[in-house]
Amino acid sequence: MSQLTSLTLKAALAGLADKSFSSEELTQAHVDAVAAAKPLNAFVLETPEKALDMARAADARRARGEAGALEGAPLGIKDLFCTEGVRSTACSNILGNFVPTYESTVTANLWRDGAVMLGKLNMDEFAMGSSNESSAFGPVVNPWRAEGQNAKLTPGGSSGGSATAVAADLCLGATATDTGGSIRQPAAFTGTVGIKPTYGRCSRWGVVAFASSLDQAGPIAKTVEDAAILLKSMSGHDAKDSTSLDIEVPDFPSFVGKSVKGLRIGIPKEYRVDGMPAEIDELWEKGIAWLKDAGCEIVEVSLPHTKYALPAYYIVAPAEASSNLARYDGMRYGLRVEGANLTETYVNTRAAGFGTEVKRRILIGTYVLSAGYYDAYYVKALKVRRRIADDFDQAFQKVDALLTPTAPSAAFGLGENADDPVAMYLNDIFTVTVNLAGLPGMSIPAGVDHKGLPLGLQLIGKALDEGTLFSLGGALEKAADFRAKPARWW
Amino acid sequence: MAIDAATVSKVARLARIAEPPERLEPLARELSGILAWIEQLSEVDTDGVEPMTSAVAVAAPMREDVVTEGGDVTKILANAPKTKDGFFVVPKVVE
Repeated sequence: MSQLTSLTLKAALAGLADKSFSSEELTQAHVDAVAAAKPLNAFVLETPEKALDMARAADARRARGEAGALEGAPLGIKDLFCTEGVRSTACSNILGNFVPTYESTVTANLWRDGAVMLGKLNMDEFAMGSSNESSAFGPVVNPWRAEGQNAKLTPGGSSGGSATAVAADLCLGATATDTGGSIRQPAAFTGTVGIKPTYGRCSRWGVVAFASSLDQAGPIAKTVEDAAILLKSMSGHDAKDSTSLDIEVPDFPSFVGKSVKGLRIGIPKEYRVDGMPAEIDELWEKGIAWLKDAGCEIVEVSLPHTKYALPAYYIVAPAEASSNLARYDGMRYGLRVEGANLTETYVNTRAAGFGTEVKRRILIGTYVLSAGYYDAYYVKALKVRRRIADDFDQAFQKVDALLTPTAPSAAFGLGENADDPVAMYLNDIFTVTVNLAGLPGMSIPAGVDHKGLPLGLQLIGKALDEGTLFSLGGALEKAADFRAKPARWW
Repeated sequence: MAIDAATVSKVARLARIAEPPERLEPLARELSGILAWIEQLSEVDTDGVEPMTSAVAVAAPMREDVVTEGGDVTKILANAPKTKDGFFVVPKVVE
């Protein structure tokens, strides 16, 4: 059974196609792995019966010659995606026992292609966090441990459950979302591949909203090719999301393995930040050398407004969040805590339902949008956002893609940054620029640090040019030859 | 700009979140810390820069002006804390 869970998505689909095993067998192996992995706390809801039903239906469709692109492949779904008839909470107490009567477009696309759902994955509450510690279900534990130690490490956030489930071979791939780095940073912390596509590639319909102008769905997977297969299925125009792009979805998997010879790769000098561990700098240099060996031309570029991206993000994202989360008023769904009158009911419900970090961000957002501060904070941040996007535009006149580290550190201990919000926010220093500009970004596992913990490199592409990222990601993956797996302790 | 406990209390009221009195001072310190860090944005020259409100420059799409969904009372009420006769039950709004 463990052999089936150690397969890549691509290999599992090949095995299903040549009848080496059935989806029912493959799914049962993963159901067993999920059930045996409780100490990781990756799943907040397991749906083994639904998974096996879906698997048998997939086997029947395959027998009839109607197999879709993901027919019979068991996946994990981040709890931010609404799944019809299956509890979806965004890992917040305010959604309590919310059971959607509709399906998110991204998950509907996966089921259309034959995928199987193993359950719902843990995450930071409303995707607000970088360590998974803000989840109402408690933190996810990274399957990786520092060599010779058994201290619990964070898998990163907010898609920590997705990253852990993939890294620990509990599923063949997982959905995730990325508002400031929530796909790429957990991928880097767990030795997995994660891609946030161009804003508008994946429909946001049915995905619980955090910051609508930044939120994008994407996959976390075991390999670059697996990520390409999943993203192809997840993407596509959807009239129910007005920002969904009405353009054809490229055949992403066909870009993996393509030559990258002659591509120009930008190295943004502003990403060399003070206090970054030397190992990350060394890994970055290795990445540069690997791409050079593959025939790329390396060009130094400047993104002068990089240092302002995080502070701008911490105005824009909380502002949008405070507005989006106004819907949780205890009237139509979710938690209601009665008070003496309507206002008191609102106030009690929201005080009881939201966690500390979510409240903090709602308060910041409310403050920066309030009368007298709107221009000084919110409009200013939107202007800085334009400056950041313009920096990328100028860089992309000279280069085809950018190479940077994904995160400024390897996975840290649970509880380590819990007392200092700004220190926690700095996790997203290399990833958040991409969300502000709406560009695609991908993290690829590229090595381990001196403690044996995985580190990732990030590729940033032009808008709608995920294809080039998959080619470059494939080249980096091949050169890095990252095969380390976490030793099983759970 | 430093935020005091009175401002936190006002903002919490605007956000419809009850913060207990003992949380106001710690929150004022946390939010002041975050805003002090955000202050560095004032270094950026943004004269004449158009605010960026959307990640992709596309016009809002129009659709046919026809009914697409509806008649789903049961589905819409399925997660309501309180319902009666096909309606949401909410606290009294007008005295």
